Amino acid sequence: MIITRRDTLVMGAGAAVATLLPLQAFADATEDATMEFAAGGAISDGGIELTAPEIAENGNTVPISVSAPGAVSILVLASGNPNPRVIEFNFGPLAGSQSASTRCRLAGTQDVFALAKMADGSVKRTSATVKVTIGGCGG
Amino acid sequence: MAENVKPRVRVPRSASAGEVFEIKTLISHIMESGQRKDSDGNTIPRSIINHFSCDFNGENVIQATLEGAISTNPYFQFEAVIQESGTFTFTWNDDDGSVYTDSKDITVG
Repeated sequence: MIITRRDTLVMGAGAAVATLLPLQAFADATEDATMEFAAGGAISDGGIELTAPEIAENGNTVPISVSAPGAVSILVLASGNPNPRVIEFNFGPLAGSQSASTRCRLAGTQDVFALAKMADGSVKRTSATVKVTIGGCGG
Repeated sequence: MAENVKPRVRVPRSASAGEVFEIKTLISHIMESGQRKDSDGNTIPRSIINHFSCDFNGENVIQATLEGAISTNPYFQFEAVIQESGTFTFTWNDDDGSVYTDSKDITVG
């Protein structure tokens, strides 16, 4: 097979598109999950706290905690995971505070988002960047 | 049914009415995410605990919907506030339909 200059250009462009596509898909999935959770409510920044390590050595167990006074439910999204949804907490009448902690898996260095739905339907959002040394998706 | 699933829960023995106290839960579970592949390249099917809930005397404290991104042996820490003595019940629902439960009594005095 003879590879012409034109072929090389086409292959190069194809490779560039192939690398960009999954990233785009992940961002869209995060956006979709955000919109689904907000269900038309206004999204604003602040009013919610997300505690995550700046650097996680092991992406398989990354401790995260969320806290949003007055929230009905809190959703955590990992924008760089194959499925961005991590966990959704719903607080009942006996919850001592609107906060919870757990451990999650992160596929790689990425932004983690926390969204809190307030009693009036509005949504608070915050994010944290976590650097992951070893990814947690078995790949 | 996933094997060796053992729930562990830490709740104080007693509390005063209206006091906010901490509850910690841990359950041993492989939490297979459905993203991994075996040595032949076949995807290992997802097998996780998909829902957790904590109730006190029939009233809800917290519920959580888990996804594949929750680590092996799911751990939760949260706070509760109660007015009378009673029993906390903890429920974990597995993808395969199994339900794991644990309960802890607490005295208000």
